[in-house]
Amino acid sequence: MTAKISYADVEVGTELPAQTFPVTRETLVRYAGASGDFNPIHWNEKFAKEVGLPDVIAHGMFTMAEAIRVVTDWTGDPGAVVEYGVRFTKPVVVPNDGQGAVIEVAGKVAAKLDDNTVRVDLTATSAGQKVLGMSRAVVRLA
Amino acid sequence: MALDQSFVGRTYPPTAPYEVGREKIREFAEAVGDASPAYTDTEAAKALGHPDVIAPPTFVFAITFKAAGQVVQDPQLGLDYSRVVHGDQKFAYRRPVRAGDRLTVTSTIEAVKSLAGNDIVDIRGEVHDEAGEHVVTAWTKLVARAAEEA
Repeated sequence: MTAKISYADVEVGTELPAQTFPVTRETLVRYAGASGDFNPIHWNEKFAKEVGLPDVIAHGMFTMAEAIRVVTDWTGDPGAVVEYGVRFTKPVVVPNDGQGAVIEVAGKVAAKLDDNTVRVDLTATSAGQKVLGMSRAVVRLA
Repeated sequence: MALDQSFVGRTYPPTAPYEVGREKIREFAEAVGDASPAYTDTEAAKALGHPDVIAPPTFVFAITFKAAGQVVQDPQLGLDYSRVVHGDQKFAYRRPVRAGDRLTVTSTIEAVKSLAGNDIVDIRGEVHDEAGEHVVTAWTKLVARAAEEA
């Protein structure tokens, strides 16, 4: 495993480059196919509204997959992730308006741990609301 | 109705092996818009110290969630799947999942709770490769929302 960032070069509070990830209905259909999660709340507006949602919502696992990219793009080696966990706090609502939604992700080093690992705390928001809670990754640096 | 506490600690038989395909990894990486060459270029993956292309960190959920279906759909447990939402998800990796892996999942119910009418089930999925080596552990919290009062 060859992370490009050195353990010695980071300190608690080091900020990772923030990223924004667009999500449209097409994104969700692709993700459904790739992940095998065909729950209609992620692509069928009529169904989503019938079960009390405001509109089609993104897969939580899609949002989780985007959020970790702030870490994997930073380290350069996606295989350097040792632990990763999130709480799904609010759905990402994806309107069928040609624009969809945007997930904004920021991360910073929250703790330096043993064995060249650090804990990164992530924040993910969409339309001004926090969509993931307790979003943390432990990653091994060079 | 509160779920049966006696299910805590129950372990289900390992799933049949899932063979991780390189084109499936590519499809997943494209679906999440991730252009890292570690997912598609064997030489780039090798340069990072991996024997072959690796899968994005959350890829394995497709396999562990299918395995968790054994628990979710266990008629004896009686979870109302139509009301289930995904609460939390966590992974601990021994190594990344990679192309050619043949992975089995052993699911265990870690906790069963009822809170404010919601039924909550914590499932741990232990993922092993063909050699029996541990690859990743996935913890999935499922919440069956309380049915509305009639």
